Amino acid sequence: MGRVGTVFAVAGALGAAAAGSARAAVTRRRAASNHPSRGAGTRPRAAMTRRRDAGTRLPAGPDDGRPGHWQVVTIDRSPQEVLPTGARPEPLRRLGDAVEVTVRPAPGDRGTELAARPVPGAAWPGLAAHLLGDDPALLVRRTLWQVKQLAEAGEQLRADRPPYERTEPDGTWLPPPDRPAG
Amino acid sequence: MRALCWTSGGELAVRQVPDPELRNEHDVIVQVRRSATCGADLPLLAGRVTGLAADDVLGHEFVGDVVEVGPAVRRHRVGDRVVVCASVACGGCWYCRQGLPSCCDNGSTEPAEAEAEWGHPVAGGFGQPRAAGGFAGSHAEYVRVPYADFGAFTVPEAVGDDRALFASDAAPAGWMGAEGGEVRPGDVVAVWGAGAVGQLAARSAWLLGADRVVVVDRHPARLLMARQHSGAETIDLRHTDVAAELRELSGGRGPDVCVEAVGGLAAEHRSLADRFTGRTRMPEAIREAVYACRKGGNVFVLNSGARFVDAFPTGAAVHKGLTVRGARQHGQRYIPMLLDRMARGELRTEHLATHHFPLERAVEGYALFRDRPEECLRAVFTPQEPHSPPGDTAVRVA
Repeated sequence: MGRVGTVFAVAGALGAAAAGSARAAVTRRRAASNHPSRGAGTRPRAAMTRRRDAGTRLPAGPDDGRPGHWQVVTIDRSPQEVLPTGARPEPLRRLGDAVEVTVRPAPGDRGTELAARPVPGAAWPGLAAHLLGDDPALLVRRTLWQVKQLAEAGEQLRADRPPYERTEPDGTWLPPPDRPAG
Repeated sequence: MRALCWTSGGELAVRQVPDPELRNEHDVIVQVRRSATCGADLPLLAGRVTGLAADDVLGHEFVGDVVEVGPAVRRHRVGDRVVVCASVACGGCWYCRQGLPSCCDNGSTEPAEAEAEWGHPVAGGFGQPRAAGGFAGSHAEYVRVPYADFGAFTVPEAVGDDRALFASDAAPAGWMGAEGGEVRPGDVVAVWGAGAVGQLAARSAWLLGADRVVVVDRHPARLLMARQHSGAETIDLRHTDVAAELRELSGGRGPDVCVEAVGGLAAEHRSLADRFTGRTRMPEAIREAVYACRKGGNVFVLNSGARFVDAFPTGAAVHKGLTVRGARQHGQRYIPMLLDRMARGELRTEHLATHHFPLERAVEGYALFRDRPEECLRAVFTPQEPHSPPGDTAVRVA
């Protein structure tokens, strides 16, 4: 994940420079009323209207000028704990201006609702686009889960490395870092 | 180290694999003393579950000694004898703090992928496909335990390994079946399945004050064990009209609580027509439980292997006002209490370990567990016993 994160640290910077004022305006428009939980009553109607007008199913994806779905996670910590400095938490910060972000307290004293979605027309540059495939939402979602895991569990859980990742070219196993070989 | 690995095409092999390593600050490494087979592994052996890769290590129910400790671990030190919950949960999310650790949000390394499978991410698991977190299993000399402060529990001195072993998975599952079914004093409780989980559900129902406990199964040896060790009455479903018998035993009302604990099936027998139409198997035990349960009663489903089923009796459940619930066991919530009960002798589980094998013979142990359920309730592997010289030993078990 570190590799992807690094890519998007670059992506954010490049994206902000390339996308220009149009996307900046979209980003500025983010407001409390834009939050998925608060705007839920209007979005389905709008979507249906668009469908009728178009007469056919609209293409999905962020490149048609529509914002994608909000990706949301609820973090069982207060907003002050999730964003102690008021800035976006890592690793969400690495996505830069390629995503818009909203934060609000979760109802029922359940912590913080952290939402993000790709900015329409955001330029996900070369390698980043390759990593994203057709679905930038998945990267956004994964990033939100990482923020949540860091806040709640204190670390980003890592899988065991499979044997093939620990094999020397001569076929022997790499020993664990803290243990002697053999 | 040596470990029992899934290879491919239903084959298992005891192989040399890399030792586990600390991957997170809250990890410990445990040297395994005992590791048990479980019915939940049988679909993996049969090749009916995707996501396993060659050399993935199986096993999730174990007890052992801590040999390495991550820098953020506070509750354990090297040398502790611990039993480890079979599911991996963080202890810090809303679900863990509500006492629902098997619903943990942070037990998987890829929560977004787990969402695709279940709708939401759930707790991870040892020795499971990658979507369950990517944690190697316990049929090995060593195993890495994430979130060790929350998922590993020091075993009281009075509790032996063969007793503590089942506090990892079978005992919390059985307890949850009874507690989740809301067993109250005076209740009649029926349990489908006389395996380790079913027997411990029956025993838990007694401990919660049930007046009568009935276990249903098809294997006479298991039913005998349920009578001897769980104090249950038994019904052999091969020779008895189960519903009629349960009505008779419950004054015509039906059991107040029904617990389904039949476990995973070794093989799914589907006709050509079923395969063509995509029809899945019928949940026979759940259907029987729903029909037998008294009006307004509780049915608790423990079989996590039943991914999709057809012909669920929705009408009976609605018209009788039943509560049907299910869960993977919330071990982190129950294990301290279960270890206390084990130390006091209220909960004895040694009889469930019907067969012991050194790790080198683990393939043989699985074959016995799968093919001779009337004889083998649980095969238990003992990796610290002396083993034969290294070299692959593979046996086809599918």
